[in-house]
Amino acid sequence: MSPESEIGVFVNGVLHYFDTTVQQVAECGTPYLALGRSPEVSDYTGMIRISGKRDGVVFFTAPKSMLCVMLMRMQETDMSHDNLCDLVGEIANTLSGNARRDFGRQFSISVPSVVHGRNAVMEYPLNTRAIVIPIEWRTYHARLVVCLN
Amino acid sequence: MNQVLAHRLMVVDDSNVIRRRIERVQDLPNVEFIGAARNGIEALEMQQQLRPTIVTMDLTMPEMDGSECVAALVQRDPEVRILVISALADKLTAIDAIERGASGFLCKPFTDRQLNDALRKLIED
Repeated sequence: MSPESEIGVFVNGVLHYFDTTVQQVAECGTPYLALGRSPEVSDYTGMIRISGKRDGVVFFTAPKSMLCVMLMRMQETDMSHDNLCDLVGEIANTLSGNARRDFGRQFSISVPSVVHGRNAVMEYPLNTRAIVIPIEWRTYHARLVVCLN
Repeated sequence: MNQVLAHRLMVVDDSNVIRRRIERVQDLPNVEFIGAARNGIEALEMQQQLRPTIVTMDLTMPEMDGSECVAALVQRDPEVRILVISALADKLTAIDAIERGASGFLCKPFTDRQLNDALRKLIED
Protein backbone atom coordinates (compact mmCIF):
# COMPACT_ATOMS: atom_id res chain seq x y z
CA MET A 1 0.00 0.00 0.00
CA SER A 2 1.41 3.40 -0.98
CA PRO A 3 1.78 6.18 1.62
CA GLU A 4 -0.98 8.09 -0.19
CA SER A 5 -3.31 5.11 0.14
CA GLU A 6 -2.41 4.74 3.81
CA ILE A 7 -3.38 8.36 4.42
CA GLY A 8 -6.55 7.76 2.43
CA VAL A 9 -7.59 5.03 4.86
CA PHE A 10 -7.55 7.53 7.72
CA VAL A 11 -9.19 10.35 5.76
CA ASN A 12 -11.99 8.08 4.58
CA GLY A 13 -12.44 6.79 8.12
CA VAL A 14 -13.01 10.30 9.48
CA LEU A 15 -15.32 11.34 6.64
CA HIS A 16 -17.31 8.11 7.02
CA TYR A 17 -17.68 8.83 10.75
CA PHE A 18 -19.37 12.14 9.97
CA ASP A 19 -21.56 10.55 7.28
CA THR A 20 -22.92 7.88 9.57
CA THR A 21 -22.90 9.44 13.02
CA VAL A 22 -23.97 13.02 12.49
CA GLN A 23 -25.33 12.26 9.02
CA GLN A 24 -23.80 15.32 7.41
CA VAL A 25 -20.94 15.50 4.97
CA ALA A 26 -17.55 16.66 6.17
CA GLU A 27 -14.95 17.73 3.65
CA CYS A 28 -11.26 17.19 3.43
CA GLY A 29 -9.17 20.30 2.77
CA THR A 30 -5.80 20.48 1.07
CA PRO A 31 -3.22 18.45 3.01
CA TYR A 32 0.08 20.12 3.92
CA LEU A 33 3.34 19.23 5.58
CA ALA A 34 3.92 20.62 9.04
CA LEU A 35 7.33 22.14 8.45
CA GLY A 36 9.68 23.23 11.18
CA ARG A 37 7.37 22.66 14.10
CA SER A 38 4.84 20.25 15.48
CA PRO A 39 1.27 20.66 14.29
CA GLU A 40 -1.00 22.49 16.69
CA VAL A 41 -3.56 20.49 18.57
CA SER A 42 -7.06 21.69 19.34
CA ASP A 43 -9.20 21.29 22.47
CA TYR A 44 -9.68 17.51 22.26
CA THR A 45 -7.46 15.00 20.52
CA GLY A 46 -7.97 11.29 19.93
CA MET A 47 -4.80 9.44 19.00
CA ILE A 48 -3.58 6.01 17.94
CA ARG A 49 -0.01 4.76 17.79
CA ILE A 50 1.19 2.58 14.95
CA SER A 51 4.19 0.29 14.94
CA GLY A 52 5.57 -2.49 12.81
CA LYS A 53 6.19 -1.88 9.14
CA ARG A 54 5.71 1.84 9.82
CA ASP A 55 5.99 3.69 13.15
CA GLY A 56 4.24 6.81 14.28
CA VAL A 57 1.05 8.46 15.41
CA VAL A 58 -2.26 9.39 13.83
CA PHE A 59 -4.63 11.75 15.57
CA PHE A 60 -7.85 13.65 15.09
CA THR A 61 -7.98 16.98 16.89
CA ALA A 62 -11.08 19.16 17.12
CA PRO A 63 -12.38 22.23 18.95
CA LYS A 64 -14.85 21.82 21.79
CA SER A 65 -17.51 23.75 19.89
CA MET A 66 -17.41 21.30 16.99
CA LEU A 67 -17.65 18.25 19.24
CA CYS A 68 -20.57 19.80 21.14
CA VAL A 69 -22.51 20.32 17.92
CA MET A 70 -21.71 16.77 16.85
CA LEU A 71 -23.16 15.51 20.13
CA MET A 72 -26.24 17.66 19.58
CA ARG A 73 -26.66 16.13 16.12
CA MET A 74 -26.59 12.75 17.85
CA GLN A 75 -29.39 14.00 20.14
CA GLU A 76 -27.07 13.90 23.12
CA THR A 77 -27.85 16.54 25.75
CA ASP A 78 -24.85 15.97 28.00
CA MET A 79 -21.92 18.05 26.72
CA SER A 80 -19.67 17.19 29.66
CA HIS A 81 -15.91 16.92 29.42
CA ASP A 82 -16.18 13.13 29.75
CA ASN A 83 -18.58 12.88 26.82
CA LEU A 84 -16.40 15.12 24.66
CA CYS A 85 -13.43 12.86 25.45
CA ASP A 86 -15.63 9.84 24.65
CA LEU A 87 -16.59 11.26 21.27
CA VAL A 88 -13.08 12.12 20.12
CA GLY A 89 -11.97 8.73 21.44
CA GLU A 90 -14.64 7.02 19.34
CA ILE A 91 -13.38 8.82 16.23
CA ALA A 92 -9.85 7.61 17.00
CA ASN A 93 -11.31 4.16 17.65
CA THR A 94 -12.74 4.20 14.13
CA LEU A 95 -9.33 5.15 12.73
CA SER A 96 -7.84 2.23 14.63
CA GLY A 97 -10.46 -0.20 13.34
CA ASN A 98 -10.05 0.90 9.73
CA ALA A 99 -6.28 0.65 9.96
CA ARG A 100 -6.47 -2.88 11.39
CA ARG A 101 -8.79 -3.90 8.59
CA ASP A 102 -6.87 -2.31 5.71
CA PHE A 103 -3.23 -2.51 6.79
CA GLY A 104 -3.13 -6.14 7.82
CA ARG A 105 -0.81 -7.79 10.26
CA GLN A 106 2.32 -5.90 9.23
CA PHE A 107 1.11 -3.12 11.50
CA SER A 108 0.39 -3.09 15.21
CA ILE A 109 -2.17 -0.47 16.22
CA SER A 110 -2.73 0.75 19.74
CA VAL A 111 -5.95 1.25 21.62
CA PRO A 112 -6.94 4.93 21.22
CA SER A 113 -5.97 7.50 23.81
CA VAL A 114 -7.40 10.97 24.39
CA VAL A 115 -5.63 14.18 25.38
CA HIS A 116 -7.28 17.43 26.35
CA GLY A 117 -6.07 21.00 25.86
CA ARG A 118 -4.27 23.02 23.25
CA ASN A 119 -1.02 22.80 25.18
CA ALA A 120 -0.92 19.03 25.05
CA VAL A 121 2.50 17.77 23.97
CA MET A 122 2.43 15.04 21.35
CA GLU A 123 5.34 12.66 20.89
CA TYR A 124 6.31 12.25 17.26
CA PRO A 125 8.71 9.69 15.83
CA LEU A 126 12.14 11.03 14.90
CA ASN A 127 12.94 12.04 11.34
CA THR A 128 9.35 12.36 10.23
CA ARG A 129 7.20 15.20 9.02
CA ALA A 130 3.59 15.28 9.98
CA ILE A 131 1.00 15.56 7.24
CA VAL A 132 -1.95 17.69 8.28
CA ILE A 133 -5.31 17.14 6.61
CA PRO A 134 -7.89 19.85 7.37
CA ILE A 135 -11.37 18.46 8.07
CA GLU A 136 -14.16 20.97 7.51
CA TRP A 137 -17.66 20.41 8.84
CA ARG A 138 -20.31 23.15 8.86
CA THR A 139 -18.34 26.17 10.04
CA TYR A 140 -15.93 24.14 12.14
CA HIS A 141 -12.34 23.19 11.48
CA ALA A 142 -10.67 20.04 12.76
CA ARG A 143 -7.44 18.38 11.69
CA LEU A 144 -6.35 14.86 10.97
CA VAL A 145 -2.62 14.49 11.52
CA VAL A 146 -0.70 11.53 10.12
CA CYS A 147 2.93 11.20 11.17
CA LEU A 148 4.48 7.91 10.06
CA ASN A 149 8.09 7.12 9.20
CA MET B 1 -55.18 -12.16 23.01
CA ASN B 2 -51.72 -12.31 21.47
CA GLN B 3 -48.99 -11.46 23.90
CA VAL B 4 -46.01 -9.62 22.43
CA LEU B 5 -42.79 -11.13 23.64
CA ALA B 6 -40.68 -8.40 25.25
CA HIS B 7 -36.94 -8.52 24.77
CA ARG B 8 -34.78 -7.15 27.55
CA LEU B 9 -31.80 -5.16 26.22
CA MET B 10 -28.52 -4.62 28.07
CA VAL B 11 -25.85 -2.37 26.49
CA VAL B 12 -22.15 -3.00 27.18
CA ASP B 13 -19.68 -0.33 26.06
CA ASP B 14 -16.96 1.70 27.79
CA SER B 15 -18.12 4.84 25.96
CA ASN B 16 -20.90 6.73 27.72
CA VAL B 17 -21.78 8.44 24.42
CA ILE B 18 -22.34 5.08 22.74
CA ARG B 19 -24.26 3.60 25.69
CA ARG B 20 -26.64 6.55 25.78
CA ARG B 21 -26.99 6.64 22.01
CA ILE B 22 -28.01 2.99 21.76
CA GLU B 23 -30.50 3.47 24.60
CA ARG B 24 -31.91 6.58 22.90
CA VAL B 25 -32.19 5.44 19.31
CA GLN B 26 -33.31 1.85 19.60
CA ASP B 27 -37.00 2.03 18.75
CA LEU B 28 -38.19 -1.53 18.34
CA PRO B 29 -41.62 -1.84 19.95
CA ASN B 30 -40.89 -5.13 21.66
CA VAL B 31 -37.51 -4.18 23.14
CA GLU B 32 -37.13 -2.79 26.65
CA PHE B 33 -33.84 -1.16 27.67
CA ILE B 34 -32.96 -2.52 31.11
CA GLY B 35 -29.42 -1.32 31.79
CA ALA B 36 -25.91 -0.53 30.64
CA ALA B 37 -22.49 -1.75 31.72
CA ARG B 38 -19.09 -0.14 31.17
CA ASN B 39 -17.04 -3.32 30.86
CA GLY B 40 -17.27 -7.09 30.89
CA ILE B 41 -17.09 -7.46 34.66
CA GLU B 42 -20.03 -5.10 35.17
CA ALA B 43 -21.92 -6.90 32.42
CA LEU B 44 -21.59 -10.25 34.16
CA GLU B 45 -22.78 -8.74 37.46
CA MET B 46 -25.73 -7.10 35.74
CA GLN B 47 -26.65 -10.25 33.87
CA GLN B 48 -27.40 -12.00 37.16
CA GLN B 49 -29.61 -9.15 38.37
CA LEU B 50 -31.35 -8.08 35.16
CA ARG B 51 -31.55 -11.27 33.06
CA PRO B 52 -31.20 -9.61 29.63
CA THR B 53 -32.37 -11.54 26.58
CA ILE B 54 -30.42 -9.41 24.09
CA VAL B 55 -27.10 -7.63 24.56
CA THR B 56 -25.07 -5.15 22.51
CA MET B 57 -21.37 -5.67 23.18
CA ASP B 58 -18.31 -3.54 22.46
CA LEU B 59 -15.06 -5.48 22.08
CA THR B 60 -12.28 -3.18 23.26
CA MET B 61 -12.97 -2.42 26.91
CA PRO B 62 -10.97 -2.27 30.16
CA GLU B 63 -11.26 -4.89 32.94
CA MET B 64 -12.69 -7.64 30.74
CA ASP B 65 -12.90 -7.28 26.96
CA GLY B 66 -15.95 -8.00 24.87
CA SER B 67 -14.80 -11.30 23.37
CA GLU B 68 -14.23 -12.80 26.81
CA CYS B 69 -17.52 -11.39 28.05
CA VAL B 70 -19.48 -12.81 25.10
CA ALA B 71 -18.22 -16.31 25.92
CA ALA B 72 -19.01 -15.91 29.63
CA LEU B 73 -22.52 -14.54 29.05
CA VAL B 74 -23.40 -17.34 26.62
CA GLN B 75 -22.00 -19.97 28.94
CA ARG B 76 -24.27 -18.72 31.74
CA ASP B 77 -27.30 -18.24 29.49
CA PRO B 78 -27.18 -20.07 26.13
CA GLU B 79 -30.42 -18.34 25.07
CA VAL B 80 -29.02 -14.80 25.27
CA ARG B 81 -28.49 -13.17 21.87
CA ILE B 82 -25.52 -10.85 21.55
CA LEU B 83 -24.87 -8.18 18.91
CA VAL B 84 -21.20 -7.21 18.85
CA ILE B 85 -20.78 -3.52 17.96
CA SER B 86 -17.16 -2.67 17.32
CA ALA B 87 -14.83 -0.46 15.32
CA LEU B 88 -12.63 -3.50 14.73
CA ALA B 89 -13.88 -3.91 11.21
CA ASP B 90 -11.89 -6.88 9.94
CA LYS B 91 -13.46 -10.24 9.15
CA LEU B 92 -11.30 -12.18 11.60
CA THR B 93 -12.63 -10.13 14.50
CA ALA B 94 -16.22 -10.77 13.43
CA ILE B 95 -15.59 -14.49 12.98
CA ASP B 96 -13.95 -14.71 16.40
CA ALA B 97 -16.94 -13.00 18.02
CA ILE B 98 -19.38 -15.37 16.30
CA GLU B 99 -17.32 -18.37 17.33
CA ARG B 100 -17.44 -17.23 20.95
CA GLY B 101 -21.22 -17.13 20.82
CA ALA B 102 -22.27 -13.77 19.40
CA SER B 103 -25.29 -13.78 17.08
CA GLY B 104 -24.50 -10.67 15.04
CA PHE B 105 -21.87 -8.06 14.25
CA LEU B 106 -22.27 -4.33 13.54
CA CYS B 107 -19.35 -2.06 12.65
CA LYS B 108 -18.86 1.33 14.27
CA PRO B 109 -19.66 3.95 13.23
CA PHE B 110 -23.31 3.10 12.60
CA THR B 111 -26.47 4.98 11.70
CA ASP B 112 -29.62 4.80 13.81
CA ARG B 113 -31.25 2.72 11.10
CA GLN B 114 -28.34 0.28 10.92
CA LEU B 115 -28.58 -0.24 14.67
CA ASN B 116 -32.30 -0.90 14.60
CA ASP B 117 -31.98 -3.22 11.59
CA ALA B 118 -29.25 -5.19 13.34
CA LEU B 119 -31.31 -5.48 16.54
CA ARG B 120 -34.37 -6.54 14.55
CA LYS B 121 -32.36 -9.21 12.77
CA LEU B 122 -30.96 -10.37 16.11
CA ILE B 123 -34.45 -10.89 17.45
CA GLU B 124 -35.99 -12.42 14.34
CA ASP B 125 -33.23 -14.89 13.44
